[in-house]
Amino acid sequence: MPLTDSLRDDILASVPSLRAFAISLSGNGDRADDLVQETLLRAIANIDSFQPGSNLPAWLFTILRNLFRSDYRKRRREVEDAEGNYAKTLKTQPSQNAHLEFEEFRTALDKLPQDQREALILVGASGFSYEDAAAICGCAVGTIKSRVNRARSKLSALLYVEGAEDFGPDETVRAVIGGNGG
Amino acid sequence: MKEAKKQGGLNAEIQSRIGHQLRAMYDDVVRQGVPDRFAELIRKLDGPEAAAAQIDETAKNDGRD
Repeated sequence: MPLTDSLRDDILASVPSLRAFAISLSGNGDRADDLVQETLLRAIANIDSFQPGSNLPAWLFTILRNLFRSDYRKRRREVEDAEGNYAKTLKTQPSQNAHLEFEEFRTALDKLPQDQREALILVGASGFSYEDAAAICGCAVGTIKSRVNRARSKLSALLYVEGAEDFGPDETVRAVIGGNGG
Repeated sequence: MKEAKKQGGLNAEIQSRIGHQLRAMYDDVVRQGVPDRFAELIRKLDGPEAAAAQIDETAKNDGRD
């Protein structure tokens, strides 16, 4: 459809969540904003292929997700302090304890496989349905569900039962988190 | 049985905590709103051709370094 003023407004209204998605995926504020910029350019360049009345946020998220996965990571390979850069993008600096906890969370999130991380963010933070998330990632609904479950189990293990490794093998971790092997 | 129940409770608590942390991280960025650069970008693009031209320009600049 043509780039009407109301479509511009709708695209603009998606920018905050596109940024949040990009930062959650990449762990880096500057990189994320480049990614958002490229997403907006591509969306407008291809606006004729957007179906009026269909889900605009899902369409934009699909573009961003594909950009991130395809060429973006290959192109920008600087070694960077992801957590440090992310912290700088925060509006309000959290207290020391909260900041530590946040960094631990961020580090654990970065340890997830890409498939699981994006599924968890789309469903758990962006608020997309499993169906929309599946469409964005180009996979089956059941696949999204199992990725989200695996992401949650893995984060539990990384964040809350990591100390268990001191006492025994992986079985300890699996027992404590209730073993979601799926 | 008692042990299993305890583990289930712990798991639910951990899951709710993870959900909370994830949303806190995400919503912190959402609350920042729309940075000026994006508002300007969308305002100044006339249409698809202008956007495509800017993509080409960016690709050219990236290729230089």
